[in-house]
Amino acid sequence: MARHNVLGTVSAGLVALVVLAGCGGAKVGDTSSGAAGDCGTFNLAINPWVGYEANAAVLAYVAEKELKCKVTKKELKEEVAWQGFGTGEVDAVVENWGHDDLRKKYIDEQKTAVSAGSTGVKGQIGWYVPPWLAKEHPDILDWNNLNKYADQFKTSESGDKGQLLDGDPSFVTNDEALVKNLNLNYKVVYGGSETALIQAFRQAEKDKKWVIGYFYSPQWLLNEIKLAKVKLPEYKAGCDADAEKVACDYPDYDLDKIVSKKFADANGPAFQLVKNFKWTNEDQNTVAKYIAEDKMKPEDAAKKWAEANADKVKAWLAKA
Amino acid sequence: MVAVPAPRQVPLFFDRYKRLVIVGGIVLAWLVLWLVFRNFGTLPLDASELTPLHRWVNSVNDAIGASRNSNPVFLYFFNEIRLVIDEFVTFIQALIAQPSFGRPVPMIGWLGVVGIAGFVSLAVAGWRVALLAIAGFVFLGLQGLWQESMDTLSLTLAAVVISLLIGIPLGIWAGLSDRANRVLTPVLDFMQTMPTFVYLAPLTLFFLIGPASATIATLIYAAPPAIRITAHAIRSVPRTTVEASESLGATRQQTLVKVLLPSSRKTIVLGINQTIMAALSMVTIAALIDAPGLGKTVVKALQTLDVGTAFNAGLAIVVLAIVLDRVTTAATERRSLPRWALFSGLGVTGVSVYFSYTYLWAAEFPTDVEIGSSIRQGATAVTEWVQDSLPVITGGFKDFVTFALINPLQALLAESPWFLVALVIVALSFMIGGLKSAVVSAVCLGLLVATGLWQDSMITLASTLVATIMVMVLGVVVGVWMGRSRRADRAIRPILDAAQVMPAFVYLVPFLALFAASRFTAIIAAVVFAAPVAIKIIADGVRAVSPATVEASTALGSSSWQTIVKVQLPMARGALTLAANQGLIYVLSMVVVGGLVGAGALGYDVVAGFSQGQLYGKGLAAGVAIVVLGVMLDRLTQAAAKRWTN
Repeated sequence: MARHNVLGTVSAGLVALVVLAGCGGAKVGDTSSGAAGDCGTFNLAINPWVGYEANAAVLAYVAEKELKCKVTKKELKEEVAWQGFGTGEVDAVVENWGHDDLRKKYIDEQKTAVSAGSTGVKGQIGWYVPPWLAKEHPDILDWNNLNKYADQFKTSESGDKGQLLDGDPSFVTNDEALVKNLNLNYKVVYGGSETALIQAFRQAEKDKKWVIGYFYSPQWLLNEIKLAKVKLPEYKAGCDADAEKVACDYPDYDLDKIVSKKFADANGPAFQLVKNFKWTNEDQNTVAKYIAEDKMKPEDAAKKWAEANADKVKAWLAKA
Repeated sequence: MVAVPAPRQVPLFFDRYKRLVIVGGIVLAWLVLWLVFRNFGTLPLDASELTPLHRWVNSVNDAIGASRNSNPVFLYFFNEIRLVIDEFVTFIQALIAQPSFGRPVPMIGWLGVVGIAGFVSLAVAGWRVALLAIAGFVFLGLQGLWQESMDTLSLTLAAVVISLLIGIPLGIWAGLSDRANRVLTPVLDFMQTMPTFVYLAPLTLFFLIGPASATIATLIYAAPPAIRITAHAIRSVPRTTVEASESLGATRQQTLVKVLLPSSRKTIVLGINQTIMAALSMVTIAALIDAPGLGKTVVKALQTLDVGTAFNAGLAIVVLAIVLDRVTTAATERRSLPRWALFSGLGVTGVSVYFSYTYLWAAEFPTDVEIGSSIRQGATAVTEWVQDSLPVITGGFKDFVTFALINPLQALLAESPWFLVALVIVALSFMIGGLKSAVVSAVCLGLLVATGLWQDSMITLASTLVATIMVMVLGVVVGVWMGRSRRADRAIRPILDAAQVMPAFVYLVPFLALFAASRFTAIIAAVVFAAPVAIKIIADGVRAVSPATVEASTALGSSSWQTIVKVQLPMARGALTLAANQGLIYVLSMVVVGGLVGAGALGYDVVAGFSQGQLYGKGLAAGVAIVVLGVMLDRLTQAAAKRWTN
C-alpha cells in the first residue's frame, strides 16, 4: 500500500508540475516559416566527400537565398545518384570525376542525363607520399627511383614487396597494371576506403613512417598535410586506352556537373545557376576547410564564402 | 570427471579417436600436396578483371534500369509497394520527427514522445524499464540529436512493423509445415548473409531514392529473425499439448489461436526483439541511400574523420537499442499493473502530448541544456590519445598474429590448387557429417568456382576462420566469467550491447590508426561485432548448468578451474556449438566492413561493385560467394554440433 501511495504522489506531482509549466511559453505556430518561391523544388545530390559538399553547399545557399528555390539535398553514392536522373529523384550532380562508365550508360545509352559544363575545378589522381619523406628523400618523387625504396615500404600485407596503398573503391585505379608494366617491386594493397587512406597518411607524417599510396586533389586533407605527388611517366591522350597495358600517369580531370535531361529541358532558374556555376580549386579548398577543419555547418560555410565573394556569385546569376 | 560416465561413451571414444586419426591424416596429406602443388591452379582474378558471368550480370542490371519506365511490373507492382511504404514512413515521421501538416514542428514534440515511451514501457515492461526509457529518450535530446533520433526511430518502427506483418505469419506457416520450413530456410540464409551493399543500388532502381528503399533494405535484413524465431517457437510447443487440444475436438485454427500462439508468446517476443536490433544495425548503411536520421550524421562526420561527432550519433543508436531491447525483453514476462497506475500514466502522457502539440518549449528540445558537445570532445580526446600512444604496441601485435596465424592459413587455403582444397573440405565434411554434409559442401564449393572468385573466397575464408577462433576464445573466457558471476554479467552486458549496435566505422577510425589498413584490422572489427553474441550465448549456457551439479563438484573438492573445465563447459557444450555457429555467421556479415579497412578479397569486391558500375556484376558474384561460404560453414558447424552434443 505504501508504495502505491508514493507512486500516486509522484505521478500527481508530475501532473501538477507539467500543468504549471505548460501555462507559459510560446505556442506552436506563433512564428511562421518562409514559403517557397517560383523556382520550385531543386533536388541536389550530395556525394560523400567534402569537396563535393562544398560545391553543393554554395549552390544550395545561392539557390535558396537568391532564387528562393526549395532545395532538397539527397545524400547518395555516385552510382545511385546517376540512377536518380532517370527516376526523376535527382536533378543535379555537381562534382563528377570522369566516370566514363556512368557517362556511357546514362548520357549515351539511357539518355537520362546531360553534362552541364565544367565546375572550374581541376582534379588530379596519382601516387602520393607524406611531406617528411619527400623532404628527406627528394628522389622518391620520380617513379624511376621507387624500386630503390621498395624494402622500406614493406608491411604485414605486402609480403616481400613494397606496399602501394590503394583503395578508395569509388575511383577507377590502374595501379595494378602500372605496377606490372613499370616493373615495380610493389604490391597493391586495397585499403578499401578514403578513411583508411587518410589515416595512413596522417600516421605516416606524424610518426615518420614510410607510406606511398593512391590519393587525389582537391581533398581537404591536403590543407592539413601537403602530400607530395610522385611523378609517373607522362600522360598522353590514349595511353590509358588499354587497361591492361597502362604505363602512364592518370589524366587531369576537368570536374564537371551532370544534370538530368528533364531538369535541363525545363531550363528553370536552378538549372541556369548550375550551368553557370564555376569557381576554382582555391575557392573549393576554402569552403572545404571551413567544413572539415573549422567544423562549420555546410550552410554556414557557404554563407561565409558567398558573402566574401559576392561578385562571383553575381556572375552565376547574371545570365539567369 | 565427476559426473558418472555413461557406458555408451566408451565405444564412442574409440570412434572419435579413429576419426581424429583420419582427420589428421587428411590434413597431413594436404600439407604435403601443398608443398608440391603450391601456387598452381589457384584460380586468381585481378581486382579490375571480370569474368563473362560478371559482364552478363552487368548487362542484366543495365537492361532492368533501362526498361524501368516502360515495364508494367515497375509501373504497377513496385510503384504501388513503394507508395504504400513511403506513405507509412512519412506518416510516422510527421507524427514525431518532421515538420508536418503545415506546422513548423512535428505533431508530437519531445515531451509527448518521452511521455508515450514512458507509458508504453510502463504498460508492457513495468516501472523500472519505464524510468530507463524516459531517461534514455531525454538523453537523446541532451545529445542534441532529437530530430535525427526520431527520424531513425520512425524508420526503424516502420521496418519492424512491416517485418512483423510479413514475418509472423510466415513464421507460423514455417512452424506448422515442414515443407514451408525447408523452402524458407535457404531464403532466410540468403537474406541474412547477402551483403546489403549488393542490393542497395538496385533497390533504389526498383523503389526510388527515399524512405521506401531504406525501409526495404532494413527489413530484408531484419525480417528473417522474426520468421525463424516464430517458427522455432511454434515447433517447440510440446507435442502432447497439441494432441490434447486436438483430441478435445479443436479445429486446426482453434489449436493455433488457443494453444500454439499463447504458449509460444514469450519466444515470439524474443523474435521481435531480435528484429529491432537487426533493424538498428542497418541505420548507417541505409544512410548511403539517403535514409534520414542518425546514420547520416555518422556518415557525414566520418568524411572528415570526426570521430567525436560520429561517436555521439553512434551512442544515440546504442541508447535507442538498449531502451528498445530492455522494453521488449521485459515484455516477455507477464505482469499486471494496478489500474490506477495505468490510468494516471495515461493521464500524464495525454497532457504531455497535448503540451508538445501546443507549446514550443515542449515541441522542440531545448538547446541550452546539452551534453552532446562534451561527449564529442571526450570521444575525440580519447581517440587522439589512443592513436598517439598505442600504435607502437599494437603494431607489433598485429605483425605477430599476421605472421603466425593469418599468413600460414591463407597460404594453405589460397595457394593450394582449388581441387585440392575442395577435396580436403569435402573429405572433412564427410568425416564430420556423413554423406549429406559432403554433398552440401561439394555443391557450395562448385558454386564458389562458378562465381569466378575462388582465390578471393579462400583469402576471405582464412580471415574468417582466424576471426572465429578469436571470437570463441573471447567467448569462452568472458562467457564463463559472466555465467559464474551475476555482477560481472550486469557490468559487461551493456558493453556487449553497445559493441553490437555501435556503427562499425566509429571505432574503425582509431583501429586504422592502431593497426593500419590490413587484414588484421578487418578481423578485429569482425571480432568486436561477433564476440558479444558468442559471449552472451556461452554465459547463458554456463548459467543454465544446474547449480546442484556445480555444488556437487565443489563439494567433492574440485577447484574453480576444475569445475569450469570438467563440469560447466562440457555441460554447456550445446551453447558452445551454438556460439561457434552464430559467431561464424556474424563474422561473415562483417566481411564487407572488413573490405573497407584493408581485408581486400570478397569484402573489397563487394564494396567496389557498389561504387563502380562496371564492377557491379563482380560485386554481386562476391556477395553470392559470401552467402555460399556462410551456408557451407553453417551446415558444417551444425553437423559438428549434432555429433558432439549427442
